Amino acid sequence: MGLFILRRLGVMILTAICLTFIVFSLTNLYPNLEKLAKTQGNFRMSDEAVTSYLTNRGYLQPRLVKYGQWLGVMPGYVIDGSDGETRARCAANRTPDENTATFCGIIQGEWGQSTVFKEDVSGIVSTRLGLTGKLMFWVMMVMVPGALIIGVLAGMREGSRTDRSLSTISIISTATPEYVSGVILIAVFATPLFGMQYFKGTATSAMDDANFNNFFLPVITIALYGMGYIARMTRASMTEVMTAQYIRTARLKGVSFPNIVMKHALRNALIAPFTVIMLQFPWLLNGVVIVETLFNYKGFGWTLVQAASNNDIELLLGVSVVSVFVVLITQLISDIGYVFLNPRIRIS
Amino acid sequence: MEPLSWTGSLGSTLIPALTIAAAVFVAGVILQLVMGFFAPEVKLQSNSDGTLQSRGGLLGRLEVYNGYLFTLVVFLIAAIVVVSWFMPYGKAGILGEISKQFLPVWIALIVTFVLSITFKRKLGLYGKLFDSTIGMIGFALVMFWVFTSIFVGLFDMIATHDPLQQISGIKNKTPGFPVPEGQDADFFPHYLLGGDNLARDIFSRVVHGSVIVMVIAPLATIFAFMVGITLGLPAGYYGGRLDTLLSFLANLILAFPVILLFYLLVTPEIVATGLPNYMAAFLFVFPLVFFGVLINSRYKTQGSKNTLYLALVLIPLAFLYVNVVSDADSPLHVWPESLDFITIPSGILVVFVSVVFVNSPTVYRIVRGLALDIKTRDYVAAAQTRGEGTWYIMLWEILPNARGPLIVDFCLRIGYTTILLGTLGFFGLGLPPESPDWGSTINEGRKLLLIYAHPALPPAIALLSMVLGLNLLADGLREESLKD
Repeated sequence: MGLFILRRLGVMILTAICLTFIVFSLTNLYPNLEKLAKTQGNFRMSDEAVTSYLTNRGYLQPRLVKYGQWLGVMPGYVIDGSDGETRARCAANRTPDENTATFCGIIQGEWGQSTVFKEDVSGIVSTRLGLTGKLMFWVMMVMVPGALIIGVLAGMREGSRTDRSLSTISIISTATPEYVSGVILIAVFATPLFGMQYFKGTATSAMDDANFNNFFLPVITIALYGMGYIARMTRASMTEVMTAQYIRTARLKGVSFPNIVMKHALRNALIAPFTVIMLQFPWLLNGVVIVETLFNYKGFGWTLVQAASNNDIELLLGVSVVSVFVVLITQLISDIGYVFLNPRIRIS
Repeated sequence: MEPLSWTGSLGSTLIPALTIAAAVFVAGVILQLVMGFFAPEVKLQSNSDGTLQSRGGLLGRLEVYNGYLFTLVVFLIAAIVVVSWFMPYGKAGILGEISKQFLPVWIALIVTFVLSITFKRKLGLYGKLFDSTIGMIGFALVMFWVFTSIFVGLFDMIATHDPLQQISGIKNKTPGFPVPEGQDADFFPHYLLGGDNLARDIFSRVVHGSVIVMVIAPLATIFAFMVGITLGLPAGYYGGRLDTLLSFLANLILAFPVILLFYLLVTPEIVATGLPNYMAAFLFVFPLVFFGVLINSRYKTQGSKNTLYLALVLIPLAFLYVNVVSDADSPLHVWPESLDFITIPSGILVVFVSVVFVNSPTVYRIVRGLALDIKTRDYVAAAQTRGEGTWYIMLWEILPNARGPLIVDFCLRIGYTTILLGTLGFFGLGLPPESPDWGSTINEGRKLLLIYAHPALPPAIALLSMVLGLNLLADGLREESLKD
């Protein structure tokens, strides 16, 4: 088991390095850097001015060197600029003094500066993650019980009318992406169009003070899309369990149907959905980006969009490191959890 | 002209009847669900006169009545559609006029269904689809949009206005708003679903949007399948290092948040570097490889036939390939301009490439899993003993036997690709902002959503119905293919 986790961790770190390198390369392509220079400096810069701006700030070093510096395995640059100023990476592009560290990268905990928000990336990422965490918590609270109840109800009598109706409902919910359900929900419940203006169409106020009125629509929008998928997986696993030998034995012994479902079937039927819920996180991240943009809730997803559309390199890298780790860690948890929950699987 | 109301003169008779019938039906279904939950399981009971009874009592009667009610609702909807065809312009309201505009689609749908149901026993899996209600509903929804895109794209029918036509005075106006008097041209007299933020007809834009979706989504899915199959079969069949490497790469792409990937691939700066063109050149090779290997592995012992078939398939494909990949403004300008008949707008190419790129790792994983499962079967062992080549075994023994799950996944994946295209449009990536595709239109509409809700709703509902149709179709196919 320990070796298994260790190997998975190794693959995880390798994946993270590859992914961040891809993001790093794509954001550091010359047209992107040129745009960055022009938005940071001024829009009427000549080509020479752009080059000297970028050289002075270390953007035109070889890509691997830059990546090493960002990662913190190579010493940060100290460049005597063509404009006479000395800039050091570890001193936030000011003249270095004796306190300035040699290495300053992700490993040392230096996430760099956001060029759009003019703040520390680590600060931005942590506050935004907190806001998104609040959203995700409520999404989970709505989605997981809802999906499990629907899935178990549908799966306990395969082919019955309840099963078919609930399956159709879950198909409908998987077929409704967030930007469709969000738009429809806002139009119906937040505008006077249908006379049912019960909720607020933006969640900006929910960042400080979340209440039912302003937080219900974003939460339900994300939850709906994921709910159908988890419900279908739960149903599949439940129908499989209900045809198992030990359930038949229990029925032949005369155990009542509710007892069979609650005491015999449910525990084994919930193993597969656990994995699915964990693997659902990457998709939820996607939904979070859409919903936060739609409802103007300034969380992690909103930050991703801002960073990506403004080519804010360090912020974008920070965001992708976090999201890649979220994805990989949930995969790891789902693997380990599967082994722990299912006594039939033992990995040597 | 007067503004149109939603239901016109039908509003006094058929519409209230439909509303009442639908409401009673929904209430009945809910009641039935609740009762069915507490009722004992369905058991066939034999009556004293020798007949069988499926479920008696109140619940049984409720089921029968609900069946009747559903037929009534369907009949009423059909009546409204048919009656409105024969009403003069403007009398049937917005719904009636829209149904009139879709007349060619209705006819095509009816013809398809009548023909398919008549010959369903001879049509294999496709025919079996017409045994399941869910599958039929899904198929009808999908075909509705397929026919719409054909009639709009090829014959320019259905749409009432040009999707880019702006008429002053109809900016953000509600559905059924009349075109003001004194226009230069002879326009269709109403904006059936209202005007958007730039005074364009929403109905025409939604209908035109279906063409873009219908062209890109299935094609991109086919390409993703080519890539996934060509890489997944050897990975599953050989295993070992190749499998480890390819699976690692697939997981790498899958671990990326999709939206971040889109932003990285689709921004104008990246497009300027030509990265999407290189990716297109790489991804579009796979169909060539696939078909080349497919034919060669089968006919390589029959020299002349092999050459003939290879030439017949590969030369047109290769011609298409260079035509598509080489463009005047792309870095891969290798083909003379005079022979370059196809120029794909760079926006569409970028969107296409990124959607294929995101989809193929999932297809790869599915194909690999299927290959791992099927390679242990006896017929594969038999082929190995006969001394067949490995590619023959993969493409002519394993692949045909994996078709069931692959067809189902293909339907689901077209739906998912449609969602991805919508996501791209929603973030304003790739396609030009005036493009009428559903994602971009939703994006346009959502900006003023709290003030004018009507522009964003029709494309959203169109996208929903299309994806729902594909999902239901996949569900029906799965059910029917499992019955064998």
